Amino acid sequence: MRAQRFQDALFHQVTRFFAFSVLAILIAIIGSLIYGAWPALQEFGAGFAFSSDWNPVTDKFGGLISVYGTLSTSVIALIVAIPVSFGIAVFLTELCPPALRGPLGVAVELLAAVPSIIYGMWGLFVFAPLFADYIQPLLTATLGNLPVVGGLFQGPQNGIGILSAGLILSVMVIPFIASVMRDVFEVVPGILKESAYGLGATTWEVVWNVVLPYTRVGVIGGVMLGLGRALGETMAVTFVIGNAHRISPSLYEAGNSIASTLANEFAEAASDLHVSSLIALGLILFFVTFIVLALSKVLLMRLGRSEGEKT
Amino acid sequence: MSNSTALYRKRTRTNQIALLLSTGAMLLGMSFLAWILAVLLYKGLGALSVSLFTQPTPAPGSEGGLFNAIVGSTMMVGVATFIATPVGILAGVYLSEYGRKGWLAPTTRFINDILLSAPSIVIGVFIYTVYVAQVQHFSGWAGSLALALIAIPVVVRTTENMLNLVPASLREAASALGAPRWKVVLQVVLRSARAGVLTGILLAIARLSGETAPLLFTALNNQFTNFDLNGPMANLPVVIFQFAMSPYENWNSLAWGGAILITFGVLCLNIVVRTLFRKKI
Repeated sequence: MRAQRFQDALFHQVTRFFAFSVLAILIAIIGSLIYGAWPALQEFGAGFAFSSDWNPVTDKFGGLISVYGTLSTSVIALIVAIPVSFGIAVFLTELCPPALRGPLGVAVELLAAVPSIIYGMWGLFVFAPLFADYIQPLLTATLGNLPVVGGLFQGPQNGIGILSAGLILSVMVIPFIASVMRDVFEVVPGILKESAYGLGATTWEVVWNVVLPYTRVGVIGGVMLGLGRALGETMAVTFVIGNAHRISPSLYEAGNSIASTLANEFAEAASDLHVSSLIALGLILFFVTFIVLALSKVLLMRLGRSEGEKT
Repeated sequence: MSNSTALYRKRTRTNQIALLLSTGAMLLGMSFLAWILAVLLYKGLGALSVSLFTQPTPAPGSEGGLFNAIVGSTMMVGVATFIATPVGILAGVYLSEYGRKGWLAPTTRFINDILLSAPSIVIGVFIYTVYVAQVQHFSGWAGSLALALIAIPVVVRTTENMLNLVPASLREAASALGAPRWKVVLQVVLRSARAGVLTGILLAIARLSGETAPLLFTALNNQFTNFDLNGPMANLPVVIFQFAMSPYENWNSLAWGGAILITFGVLCLNIVVRTLFRKKI
């Protein structure tokens, strides 16, 4: 009996140890990034995040260009991905014949399973040439003439750059946002929807006035998850963003994101300060994605909890 | 009356347009998947041959295959799975079986879900600073460790979900027969959720097979066939990356060959896993 009690306690502690090790991984990641970034942060101070210097020859580094690339590509990705994901989620929950729901759901998840390097190759060798030949001239001729934002759509039409990277990112985050939206749409109690239908509402009115308000928190959580994914996406962006270290007024110009800068320069960085600056970029990226993903998780948990209270 | 008919028409029209757009969004998503797969088949099928699996990566302009990269990827993914499986399963067991009270379980659950989506390139930077920079050389071990850190959250999440599906009555029945808790967990709960836990591991393998970013500065690459995990190691994703970006035609063609291999491997794993356990993951 005593042996059994000891074994039980031992097993409990062993599983506890491994659960704790997940936390330890996070702490170790943050700790090592701060340690590695310390020389750069000491050299450049808080201005590191706002300086557009990036010169390995003179050892002057700043994160602004990469931060701008990461943010602008992610914002473009979300602008395109949110409406498309919403459409897919509505289709899967309201329109799709039940027999197709499973296979189509799996197909959307397959889009998320395609490795990001494949998106990169497809983006650079297939999407970019078509984008340059057909879509960029069209955008320049239409959006390029608008008063304030027109400048964003003018410049070299060669298919690579911030805009292409953002569009390919949008294809990559659509499955993540759509899956979350579909899952939260499915928690809406049938009786709410049926009541609205009973009052004569159309499918769209039910989605817009009943389902969406009920699941608003979860939908935002899904968008945040997509944003978190987009911020840290590396290979696809590295292929198509053009890898030029500058900030341009046009979205057609090449740029660099934090992840693509790391992918291109880390293994070849010569000076210690260069390595340290790259790690500092990694720290910024991890910090931002951590906050975005934490927010997403909190929002999704809140929807889960309110759901628990109502039923 | 005519007024209400006009309103009714407007509402039905809005409804039709919205539903049409929604169907269009679905078609758009599917067409991207079809497009990517078609491109892979078109560009990659020609590169598939026996020598792809038997020859090591060639110099520019000469014949060769991806043998060393396939070996390296298999070894590193294997080691990573070997590390991540016990860690992930035991942590998942804690969350599901002992996670009712205390601060550790909710915190771990929260952090695990964040690590699940955390940028994989940062994991590469992490392993670089704590391992590669310390021993002063790139190695297969470093690559394996980086991959293991990516796999652990996947295994933890699926294990917990699968164990939660095991009915409580099963645990109670085993406990009522006098089985100690650890035997209940290992021999009743885990065993009945065996297939589900296995899917988690398969999903982790699928995720790892395509990961490029964390290997760029941990395992690096190797032109030669190498079975020693303590040296730089070739692996499919990084070879594909370098060969695709190179100006040499034979390298580009090998990159497409590797791409088709990885993608169809990963997609097949996903399809098998998701059709077996559709609702639960």
